[in-house]
Amino acid sequence: MSGFWIVLTGALVASCCAILGCFLILRRMALIGDAISHAVLPGIAIAFLMSGTRDSIFMLLGAAAFGFIAVFLIEMFRSGGVQSDASIGVVFTALFAVGVVLISLNARNIDLDLDCVLFGEIAYVQWSTLEIGGADLGPKAVWLLGFTLVVILLVISLFYKQFKLTSFDPALAAALGIPVALFHYALMGLVSMASVSSFESVGAILVVGLLIIPPAAAYLLTDRLGPMLVISVAVGIVSSIAGYAAAVALDASIAGCMVCAAGVLFAAAFLLSPKHGLLALRRARSRAAA
Amino acid sequence: MKNGTAPLAVENLTVAYRKKPVVRGVTFEAAEGELIGIIGPNGAGKSTLIKAILGLVPSLEGDVRIYGRPYGQQRKRVGYVPQRESVDWDFPTHALDVVTMGRYGHLGMFKRPGKQEKEIALDCLDKVGMAGFANRQISQLSGGQQQRVFLARALAQDAELYFMDEPFAGVDAATEKAIITLLGELKRQGKTVLVVHHDLATVADYFDSVLLINGEKIAYGPTASTFTPELLHRTYGGKLAFGIPVPAAFSAAKGG
Repeated sequence: MSGFWIVLTGALVASCCAILGCFLILRRMALIGDAISHAVLPGIAIAFLMSGTRDSIFMLLGAAAFGFIAVFLIEMFRSGGVQSDASIGVVFTALFAVGVVLISLNARNIDLDLDCVLFGEIAYVQWSTLEIGGADLGPKAVWLLGFTLVVILLVISLFYKQFKLTSFDPALAAALGIPVALFHYALMGLVSMASVSSFESVGAILVVGLLIIPPAAAYLLTDRLGPMLVISVAVGIVSSIAGYAAAVALDASIAGCMVCAAGVLFAAAFLLSPKHGLLALRRARSRAAA
Repeated sequence: MKNGTAPLAVENLTVAYRKKPVVRGVTFEAAEGELIGIIGPNGAGKSTLIKAILGLVPSLEGDVRIYGRPYGQQRKRVGYVPQRESVDWDFPTHALDVVTMGRYGHLGMFKRPGKQEKEIALDCLDKVGMAGFANRQISQLSGGQQQRVFLARALAQDAELYFMDEPFAGVDAATEKAIITLLGELKRQGKTVLVVHHDLATVADYFDSVLLINGEKIAYGPTASTFTPELLHRTYGGKLAFGIPVPAAFSAAKGG
């Protein structure tokens, strides 16, 4: 049973990240996903210090607030003349460091382990269960991630054409009256939400792997946005299953193995993709030469 | 022209990037059914002018009226062709899907494009000679074909007033011909089209009126009386490079 909950948690994290990651990489904002997932750390720490509990709702709010602060600061520095990659680098490392300091300062009084925040501990999610009226409803993390996934699916499917057009051609989107900035912040909000829902299980660092690697693999395997989203989710889910199996076999970090599995799948896509893969390109080149 | 109902009336429009004015106090009024060329050297603010009219960049001051009303109330009557380089052509989508995006302004907030939108889009692709490429991944199209997809998308917007940002830039002869045919067709339908244009040699052939700008408006009026060597010299200053045919030399060459 424990294996089931771990794989399910991993699959939910992977699905949330895989969907959002597609839009991030198509907007050339992969690094923003990285930035947000790190910048939420002080939000988590502050929410924990203020509420004194590891109740997910407070952490979700705190993290979401810092996700927005990060996005806002990045925009502010960029429009103030700092190069965009530099402003991302400044904001997320500085905020992440604040989070590290806050947690380490209070390490003696509080039960919030830095390693756990950074790398997650997916094996423990099954011990923290949601109980209502004495009935055990399964791990809290699964409920939180399930809720996050439903929100993501709802928002993306309701506004699919807006997200697509603002990603492909923001100028036309704005000319048509679509609020481009609103959809930008909506996407950032969803990424913040996914990051904080995932941090307990895979941690702030590895969540980036699931945010970027499955979409990057899917991008190599298809020429359409719809299938890219589906393939990305599939790669994420397969990664979590294969990663869990590998972790059991090797007795290694589960979250680490999941991201490694995603990396292996990406490498396979890079080599073997029928259209964009290295082998296909090589074959096409030798055929052209012959 | 009935006053106040011109397709486009721009008054004293000023746009600045980081406090540096790029477009200064431009005033002009487009007449219905005209093809209008926006002409000027690099960095003259031609694209910026269009973007400011469409509200894509904030303007410092000035007023823009589309058929007598602010742009925000007239979006469905306006079509826009951005510069081809402004988008990522590696985006995972195909030509028909890009053209369908032109219909988004006519769909409700939650409505997805359906069969009807696809048919309109296919029809528009056909008008630019691209119907055979509907399912082609956009990165596998040539530059000219990509430009035609953009034009088809603007057609799908089914507008009355069009803005095109350098549609002729770097396109092949077939595409140039397709664009000219299309402009003629739009004019016949009584639509008004403003085109940012670089190639001085073709201005007299393509446009009814020209707007010469270099930061500020140099001149605006019918091509015959406005596209003159004196005004061009003022527009381009010393930058009118050797080899660019000025109208007098150009019309002589055309005659031969």
